[in-house]
Amino acid sequence: MRAAWSESKDGTFVSGGEQEKQWALLMRAGNAGDGESYRRLLKQVTPVLRAAARRGLASAGMADTDAEDVVQETLLAIHLKRQSWDEEAPFGPWLRAIARHKMIDALRRRGRGVSVSIDAFTEVLADGGGEPDMLVDDVGRHLDDLPPGQRTIVRAIAVDGASIGEAAARFSMTNGAVRVALHRGLAALARKFREEQP
Amino acid sequence: MKTDDLIRALAADSATRPMSLPRAFLAAMIPGAAIAFGLYLAVLGPRPHLLGLLAEPRFLFKVCLTLLLFSLSERLVMRLAKPGTDSHSAALMVLIVPLLLVAGIAAELLLVPVDLWGQRLIGTNALHCLKSIPSLGLAPLAAILWFLRQGAPENPGRAGAAAGLLAGAMGAALYATHCPDDSPLFVAVWYTLAIAFLSALGAVMGRRLLRW
Repeated sequence: MRAAWSESKDGTFVSGGEQEKQWALLMRAGNAGDGESYRRLLKQVTPVLRAAARRGLASAGMADTDAEDVVQETLLAIHLKRQSWDEEAPFGPWLRAIARHKMIDALRRRGRGVSVSIDAFTEVLADGGGEPDMLVDDVGRHLDDLPPGQRTIVRAIAVDGASIGEAAARFSMTNGAVRVALHRGLAALARKFREEQP
Repeated sequence: MKTDDLIRALAADSATRPMSLPRAFLAAMIPGAAIAFGLYLAVLGPRPHLLGLLAEPRFLFKVCLTLLLFSLSERLVMRLAKPGTDSHSAALMVLIVPLLLVAGIAAELLLVPVDLWGQRLIGTNALHCLKSIPSLGLAPLAAILWFLRQGAPENPGRAGAAAGLLAGAMGAALYATHCPDDSPLFVAVWYTLAIAFLSALGAVMGRRLLRW
């Protein structure tokens, strides 16, 4: 996994240590309430997580069409477990541990599930780069299973791009109630993945 | 759902701050320890002349050993809650406790005549010890498992076992001030069995409860 950490999104070489220091700064700012820094952090780690997910699935002989699901699950775990990162500790080992944990989880879950011939997806493998169109959209599917209140709020904010305040105005709710519904909805999404395990 | 959409939702949720791990630890341990202590006062209670016993080397050794196990396993639990943190050295440090116990056993065997060994080992309260330490440790175990759920243990079974160790140390520290059997021989057999039981229970529960 190490190698993926040494290349930034635009291809310029950034040493693993510098990159991780920058992520640690963004994460600390996010923890202090700077949502924009936090969003940038998630954006920056996503291509790295994607590359790692593809490699992990490929080395287990599985189709990497599931990679984006693994990426989304990992992002959810990073988010919901962000308090387990010690602000004094380096960021890289924490991120790698979360990604490894979710990868192992995903492989275990898929181990006995659907098996897809890897030959059918060689083009996808070779393609690389950005976010692929998903054949199976687990997060979207789990979103449909949420209680209606949580589902509407998560959808409005995630898909329609509403802010907390806009969602509150649209559904005649308080900002606090929107925050609670959003948080519960995201936690429930993460739980749905776990419950799926055989 | 697109990954960018998910990121937008996660960023919008960042204002909802989860409890920091040190705070979560206190939030778990205060009620957990209070329940254990209440149970101790209600059912067991301290030995008579407890403070005077502090001059007794065997009593002091027994109590200090449980407190040492408490602080070392607390350190281990904290590390296991954080992914990407090396916990091997913390796990090795816990081994100091059995090493000290072996030294205590050696001293006891040198000081006590052979025909009293069996009596010291069986003590007067063996079964009581086996029941009391796990009972006192149950509420702390639940509390520590709840705390670990606020973290992200990479290995749920191992984290659960460490939680059982810490809960066992709390139960043992309380029980040590009640039980009249102070011999290291007694401690080595019955305390160890009771704490091992809690640790095994913690491992089993951890595997079920600590997945994330």
